[in-house]
Amino acid sequence: MDQVLINILNGVSSGLLLFMLSSGLTLIFSMMGVLNFAHASFYMIGAYIAYTLTGIMGFWPALVVAPLLVGLMGAGFERTALRRVHKFGHVPELLITFGLSYVVLEVVQLIWGRTPLAFDPPAFLQGPAFTLVQQGGGLSVALGAASEEVCKAAACSRFPMTRAFMMFVALLMLLSLWLLLTRTRIGLVIQAALTHPEAVEALGHNVPRVFMLVFGSGCALAGLAGVIGGITFITEPAMAAVVGSIIFVVVVVGGMGSLAGAFVASLLIGLLQTLPLTVDKSLADAINAVGGQVSATTPGWPLLRITLAQAAPILPYLLLVLILIFRPKGLLGTREG
Amino acid sequence: MNTTQAQAGGIAPAAAQAPLRAHAAAAAAPAVQAAHVRESRPHYHFKPINVGRWLIWSLYALVLFVVPLLWTSSFAQTMLSQMGIAIIVCLAYNILLGQGGMLSFGAAVYSGLGSFLAIHTLNMVSAGTLALPVSLVPMVGGLAGLFFAAVLGYVTTKKSGTTFAMITLGIGELVWSMSLMIPEFFGGEGGISGNRVVGKPVLGISFGPQIQVYYLIAIYCFISTALMYALTRTPLGRILNAVRDNPERVEFIGYSTQHVRYLAFMISGFFAGISGGLGALNFEIVTAEVVGAARSGAYLLFVFLGGATFFFGPIIGAVLMVIALVLLSELTKAWLLYLGIVFLFMVMYAPGGIASLIMMNLRLAAFGKLRRVWTSYLALGGSALVALAGAAAMIEMVYHLQLNSALGPEMKFLGATLNTKGLDSWFGAGFVLAVGALMFELTRRSFAHEWGTIQEEIEKEIKRREAL
Repeated sequence: MDQVLINILNGVSSGLLLFMLSSGLTLIFSMMGVLNFAHASFYMIGAYIAYTLTGIMGFWPALVVAPLLVGLMGAGFERTALRRVHKFGHVPELLITFGLSYVVLEVVQLIWGRTPLAFDPPAFLQGPAFTLVQQGGGLSVALGAASEEVCKAAACSRFPMTRAFMMFVALLMLLSLWLLLTRTRIGLVIQAALTHPEAVEALGHNVPRVFMLVFGSGCALAGLAGVIGGITFITEPAMAAVVGSIIFVVVVVGGMGSLAGAFVASLLIGLLQTLPLTVDKSLADAINAVGGQVSATTPGWPLLRITLAQAAPILPYLLLVLILIFRPKGLLGTREG
Repeated sequence: MNTTQAQAGGIAPAAAQAPLRAHAAAAAAPAVQAAHVRESRPHYHFKPINVGRWLIWSLYALVLFVVPLLWTSSFAQTMLSQMGIAIIVCLAYNILLGQGGMLSFGAAVYSGLGSFLAIHTLNMVSAGTLALPVSLVPMVGGLAGLFFAAVLGYVTTKKSGTTFAMITLGIGELVWSMSLMIPEFFGGEGGISGNRVVGKPVLGISFGPQIQVYYLIAIYCFISTALMYALTRTPLGRILNAVRDNPERVEFIGYSTQHVRYLAFMISGFFAGISGGLGALNFEIVTAEVVGAARSGAYLLFVFLGGATFFFGPIIGAVLMVIALVLLSELTKAWLLYLGIVFLFMVMYAPGGIASLIMMNLRLAAFGKLRRVWTSYLALGGSALVALAGAAAMIEMVYHLQLNSALGPEMKFLGATLNTKGLDSWFGAGFVLAVGALMFELTRRSFAHEWGTIQEEIEKEIKRREAL
């Protein structure tokens, strides 16, 4: 029971991290029609810059400064490159961000090397946030690490502080994003520019600058996610590829351009990535359990033999295919096509 | 007010004269006379031989045939074989990207699965459980590509545009993850190897020597190229272009855009599969990386660099791809960085790729104006090379510091010895870069001006010819 709870919490925290990435992607997409292929690259830059800044000014200032720098880079890219190809149509826009992802990966390897970096969380974020102690039939929560004696007598499951911090930052970001979009003047302009850019321009707002702002903020959010992802997972050149394709799945499953859909899909895929990891049962086991006879001689055994834990990496993509067959506009999407 | 009327009055007679003159010109030209005849007698068909087309295709066949006779080293033969394979897959990819406007990030899935099916078939042939000539094994790859494109493409082509791109990415990841999960089919880390020399030689052909494989590849390459070119001339090829340009109108005239995309996707999958099958024969080993995202990305990158808007663009892209993958990657560790930067500039300044640059200059040559810009080209090329040398020296020095610092601070670059820890090397490289960039910018400005005037002159010339 305690382990299941911890797994669910792990899944939710991964999902919230995915949301930090997919929210920026969705905002950029719904506003400019540009799918930012390099979004995960900005995530990676965030982690690397924060790593360097941590050496200079400490973790907490780096947590603020690194996303700002990444946002500036994003805005600069939008201003110099993306705006230039806007007139050529959507495919060149997608291609230029694709090219950027190559360049960013190589530049990161050029500056920081190809091996993983030791980007450790600060002392405050090390260790467990709380420990679930299962004793007899009861379940109790101990803040921080539970004492040795308690864990000797009962089953202890720890939830790491970095993950709790990840959830905290993501929820804070969700709240401030919602407040920004619905309660401020610039938020209203952004919302209006999402659907009626010409009308907003006619009212005297500088829509290209709003676009630049949105692109920059989306990249800054990715950078923030990168700092947190960097201390929780591994800071390495492959970290962009790890989340890169998953966030596209999130955006399609949630429905293109739907922020609420991105939230639901992020949580769903976060859970889908983590929960099956603990189930060491295959399809063959399931068939045998209900009375079937499946063994190594059955045709299709290589497929039947795969355990759910082994299949975990493909589950998000299978979900993508299923969603496309049964609900092509995505979970909460409104537009087809 | 008066002047406007006077101008209008002045133009009107000229406009009235124009058709007369056109008529006189038509009477003089026998070709147009033939057109008149055709109008009055519809049963008479006059179809001249398209000399240019025959010439180009004969030349293409000749090049495929002659090149391995000129470069006879075994290295050249492997390179050429890879080029032939790459040409097929790049052209197949361009059915999607250039002709259908479908940006696929998972193109390697179909060529890769074709490779796997082909190598399994080859192994069955070797084991004697299947009687099939080795020369037909690539067809198995093609059919496998067709099959998987039919299955996966049904889902993929439900969408177009950006969503299509994301779904192909997802499917690519799906197949890639599967390849690690099912070692029985994909061979795990080591891949699956085979042997293309099966049974007794037929007509002296055993496919043992590389040259025989090259000619098999060349034959497949020529036929596939011809078929794919023929596709662009069929109603399906034309409606595919329409689906790319204006899907809404295509729906209005009664076609299902989804169906057209699906058909194109399957055709593309078939040819990609053929190239995969040839690849399996050529390398005699297939590893899981043939379905990977890096391979898909390479197809996309080089098809775009070659030029997706013209049929022959991907051929240039394929040749460049093999050169880059085989030669450039040997030359420098930073080749992906150079490639990415070239790609970025290409998307920004020449979205039609190298093919469009060639066609623009052919247009210039057709109007006899190439003479005026070739000095500018020399200046542009020279200054760009200088800037590139400076930038490359700096990039290579950083790489040297990153990867080879154990070998000491000294490194060789273009014959010069650079000290990566010394200030003078860095300053020198930076200076070369700055000078090159400055010269490039100066020549670029005068070139842009010259280019603009030439284009205006060509426009005027075209208008003048139309008026004749």
